[in-house]
Amino acid sequence: MAQALQPLDDAPGGSAGRSIELLQGAPALTLLLFLGPVAAGLLGTWLPAVGHFPALGLSGPSLAPWQALIADPALPGALKLTLTSGLLGTLGAILLVIAFVAAFHGSLWLARLRRLMLPLLAVPHAAAAIGFAFLLAPSGWLIRLISPWASGWTRPPDVALIQDPAGLALAAALVVKETPFLLLVTLAALEQSNAGERLAVARSLGYRPVAAWLKTVLPAIYGQIRLPLYAVLAFSLSVVDMALVLAPGTPPTLAVLVLQWFNDPDLSMRLVAAAGASLQLGIVVLAILLWRLLEILVGLLGRRWIAGGRRGDLLEPATRALAGTVMAASMLLAAGALVGMALWSLAGRWRFPDALPSLWTQANWLREADGLLASGGVTLLLGLASTVIALVLVLACLENECRRGLQPLNRSLWLLYAPLLVPQVAFLFGVQVLAVKLRIDGGWIALIWTHLLFVLPYVFLAMAYPYRALDKRYERAALCLGASPNRVFFRVKLPMLMRPIMIAAAIGFAVSVAQYLPTLFAGSGRFVTLTTEAVSLSAGADRRIVACYAFAQALLPLLCFALALAVPAWLYRDRRSLRGAT
Amino acid sequence: MRQLARQLARQLAALLATALVWAAAPAQSADDWAQTLEKARGQSVYWNAWGGDERINAYIAWVGERVAAEHGITLRHVKLADTADAVSRVLAEKVAGRLDDGSVDLIWINGENFATMKEQGLLFGPFAESLPNFRLVDVVNKPTTLVDFTVPVEGLEAPWGMAKINFIYDSARLPEPPRSTAALLDWAKANPGRFTYPAPPDFIGSTFLKQVVHDLAEDPSVLQSAVPDDATFETLTEPLWRFLDALSPHLWRKGQVHPANAPAQRQLLDDGEVDISISFYPSEASSFIANGLLPESARTFVFDGGTIGNTHFVAIPFNAAHKEAAMVVANFLMSAEAQAKKQDPRVWGDDTVLDLAKLEPAERALFDRLPLGVATLPPDKLGATLPEPHPTWMTRIEAEWRKRYSR
Repeated sequence: MAQALQPLDDAPGGSAGRSIELLQGAPALTLLLFLGPVAAGLLGTWLPAVGHFPALGLSGPSLAPWQALIADPALPGALKLTLTSGLLGTLGAILLVIAFVAAFHGSLWLARLRRLMLPLLAVPHAAAAIGFAFLLAPSGWLIRLISPWASGWTRPPDVALIQDPAGLALAAALVVKETPFLLLVTLAALEQSNAGERLAVARSLGYRPVAAWLKTVLPAIYGQIRLPLYAVLAFSLSVVDMALVLAPGTPPTLAVLVLQWFNDPDLSMRLVAAAGASLQLGIVVLAILLWRLLEILVGLLGRRWIAGGRRGDLLEPATRALAGTVMAASMLLAAGALVGMALWSLAGRWRFPDALPSLWTQANWLREADGLLASGGVTLLLGLASTVIALVLVLACLENECRRGLQPLNRSLWLLYAPLLVPQVAFLFGVQVLAVKLRIDGGWIALIWTHLLFVLPYVFLAMAYPYRALDKRYERAALCLGASPNRVFFRVKLPMLMRPIMIAAAIGFAVSVAQYLPTLFAGSGRFVTLTTEAVSLSAGADRRIVACYAFAQALLPLLCFALALAVPAWLYRDRRSLRGAT
Repeated sequence: MRQLARQLARQLAALLATALVWAAAPAQSADDWAQTLEKARGQSVYWNAWGGDERINAYIAWVGERVAAEHGITLRHVKLADTADAVSRVLAEKVAGRLDDGSVDLIWINGENFATMKEQGLLFGPFAESLPNFRLVDVVNKPTTLVDFTVPVEGLEAPWGMAKINFIYDSARLPEPPRSTAALLDWAKANPGRFTYPAPPDFIGSTFLKQVVHDLAEDPSVLQSAVPDDATFETLTEPLWRFLDALSPHLWRKGQVHPANAPAQRQLLDDGEVDISISFYPSEASSFIANGLLPESARTFVFDGGTIGNTHFVAIPFNAAHKEAAMVVANFLMSAEAQAKKQDPRVWGDDTVLDLAKLEPAERALFDRLPLGVATLPPDKLGATLPEPHPTWMTRIEAEWRKRYSR
């Protein structure tokens, strides 16, 4: 990324032309646009955390906010909940992905699953959490399906199946929601390693498939999935919207607690909130370090295990059965969540323990039509704007890298991942203060900009490999025929890359749709998206209405993915190799 | 008796205070109001209001249609998860030195949030008493329209609706509900897992705690002024904690989880997870039935000793960008038309702040036509209205509750 983002150190030659100069500005502009707010936001959060808050007449430094934070009765419980749900969620997701890919490498199931992953990736976190709650709550659909004929329950059981004090429901939802991302990343890493050859060699030495994969492929690709994995870890430890729906409230997770402090009518609590936000960053950093230690430990043990030369006969059936079952259950849950939301949105009356609504109606959709259209419109505009900007910047950076002949380095990916590794609550408050200072808060600019912070990395990740992998000979041939670099870009590269571009755009759009906290902070609450609406309603409002918003929220990115697949297929209906196979 | 006399004295004092304010504030002439209406035309009002109940949201949307048609104002409902969000937003703007053109024009507010904003100088006004429709407000029989949680309103917020704690239950499942704090505890012990209350600082959850404090305190009149010292706080709230310690193990989920707010508890009641829900609006249960959110057999009850009631208001931040339009909206909210619609159990079921005797016959007819609602208690069955404690009690009780039950 830094290679792609690296501005030129030597001045452009006179023959380079304006467009080249513009292109050379792209990396610097991109860096500024997207690391600037993160840095400023962190600073704007750290200052109040050490007691510097001129608005309340406070100019630190002071340790008081930290003392208040540590003395807070809810903190120990919140930390425990945060760590359990975040670590279990991440660990569960990555173990599931590794076990599944190891067990089903090269099988038809993996290919089928891969096609399912994109739409699942597109379902926003909030919608997934709400659907999950509809399904798993003691009064949820699953219990309704077995009550009272099988369970004997005429009233929902008094068991905390969601919002459980240990945070297991949140952890489970995180596993379901993060598995698609990690699986896609793993599959992409596989494509760039010689997994086939490695497996063939290992198999010829008598290793069973799972052991062969774990011993020869995993060590080779883990480096590539490490950063995305850290991003998942950071996200799981600091997620707000899913925690609001699925985690208990007394105490809530640290991120939710921080949000509550930010919104406390007692304004001095803002300092404690800032300290809490900084602590949240510390927790994430610590968790990543811990994970790294764990990696080293597993690496050491793993090396002995690999060198031990066991062929893994015992490992085989258990892994296949377990990974297959858990993956299937996780997919079923995701699908059930979507169907459950659709049913609730069409329910007139659906009391426990009826398996299906006793009264069907389209009135919910009609009654909320105005609100759905308005918030859907904002969601759409926001997603399109941030995606288009991200796409332009990413393509400019990649084209610059390509024309300068720079070699991409893996290490530089850290820069790209910065907004994904820093917890949102840790810098969004500072971003808000910055936006208010610049007088752009509560406006489209601040909102689109904030969304861009999260959209850009994903668009870059999705675009980088296909762009760099494009056969250079096409470009050279076009240049030889006298086309200018720009003409080559627009007439050769863009059309050839249409499919990955559309997919990257769809991913970017889905990321934008899913943003809850950034929309809340940068939009000053004035911008109502399907996401903010679904989350704020999910606290207790009419399930039928919550279902409408959550379903619409899930539907929008799904439609976008469908479009992303359909457009190139239609454009290139008579050009088979441009349509793309998967 | 002594208590009643004290309460009466307090109300008189409040009345006097208002009279003084009234005398001091120049009554807005018709010309001024015409000017306000003129300026308001074409403005957008960003109304920050709790958005957790879609029936209320629908009512606010209706208000938007009406003020658009009547006054050319675009009303935008900024739906809040917690009113404190808006308070903190106004503060953030003050922090950043944005003294005009703020992002919040109107806030649905009362109690501690109002006290905070008033104390921090975050409010515009006084404006409320110069609004034309304010003269319709029943400031005599509804003294809480002038004193918000013991804090004098002083025209800094306009009364919007009357709230009073009542309990909703499903008469098909619970034939004889408990009608006092003590009876509630006994009932909960006999029926473990069937009662809960929203987690404070949700306003219904906090009000439930205040109700218990009031019912168990030796001398509840102490609650009417700020918490004097730690010792008094401890003595007065000690019975509350004893009560909650006894109650918690018998609550839904053994008290380890609480619903986030009253609508969430309403959902639990409808699902049959609990037997009692708590409401702030006497006609709300009927409204829930009408909207298919509770079974036909839902009914309401109150405690024999009375329940806490208050008034909720709308206020305008000091830096609101569209103060004129915000005032016009606040005035419309106090109109007979808007108040009658709000009280309709098919819509929301929130009681009016108006004195029906002051209305024109045609306007009064709007209220007379309203159905009482199958689950609504008639006024004579609604019991006494207990006063809200001073906000400092609520803040301290919430903090103490957190320390004890949110860890």
